[in-house]
Amino acid sequence: MNVADVFFFIIALVTVGSAAVVVLSRSLIYSAFALLFTFFGVASIYILLGADFLAATQVLIYVGGILVLLLFGVMLTHRLYNLDLKTETFQLIPGMLIALAVFASLALAAMNTKWKLVPEKQVQPTTDTIGTLFMTEYLLPFEIASILLLVALIGAAMLVRRRTDV
Amino acid sequence: MITLQHYLLVSAALFSLGIFGVMTRKNAVNVLMGIELILNSANINLVAFSRYSSAGLDGQMFAIFVIVVAAAEVAVALAIVLTMYRLLKTVNLDQADTLKR
Repeated sequence: MNVADVFFFIIALVTVGSAAVVVLSRSLIYSAFALLFTFFGVASIYILLGADFLAATQVLIYVGGILVLLLFGVMLTHRLYNLDLKTETFQLIPGMLIALAVFASLALAAMNTKWKLVPEKQVQPTTDTIGTLFMTEYLLPFEIASILLLVALIGAAMLVRRRTDV
Repeated sequence: MITLQHYLLVSAALFSLGIFGVMTRKNAVNVLMGIELILNSANINLVAFSRYSSAGLDGQMFAIFVIVVAAAEVAVALAIVLTMYRLLKTVNLDQADTLKR
């Protein structure tokens, strides 16, 4: 067992452990902050997999954007003076059964399939290749993604606008 | 030796935790957190396959597009949650049952 393996197990433990806190904690704020550790853990997994650009993107967009947005969501939908941001749960038993069944089937599929593996490639910077791919092979999805973001921006602004003229 | 299966197992654990969160939480914002976990687990799978198979960087490109869609999704979803809070004064999903009654 070398150093990289130890790193992997630590990162996997932190990621899965904090994800468990996200879904099991009774307090919304604890969930949001555990989600921070999950996102950083996933970014570290990307680094272990040699995806440097994706790791930076993960930190920028998930931690810097999505998590802050979720925290805004928590703050704006609760009266903050009692600071009692509890969440209730329901369907605990069916949820647990389905989650266990999903995990079991996914794990069995992952372990029993004969993957066509190639020997591990040399880790090299990916940003250059990703930029080239965006401008050549993935040009159409790239443009569609920008339109999707514009539509989401306008739609979100429309939805929360206070209607004064109706 | 860390192999592809290790990454797939981590991703499966994240996925089932996300499913559990989506199914059992009453708070809409908490359900969104579960959805983010599910999207992240799918991304881990894509990147792991991109490293351990001969497909090149295609998996990472797909992961980037998943992140873009997740950003758009969470913006619209939070707008819906805020509208729901303004209309119903709650974000508990089991109390949004106007159509049922």
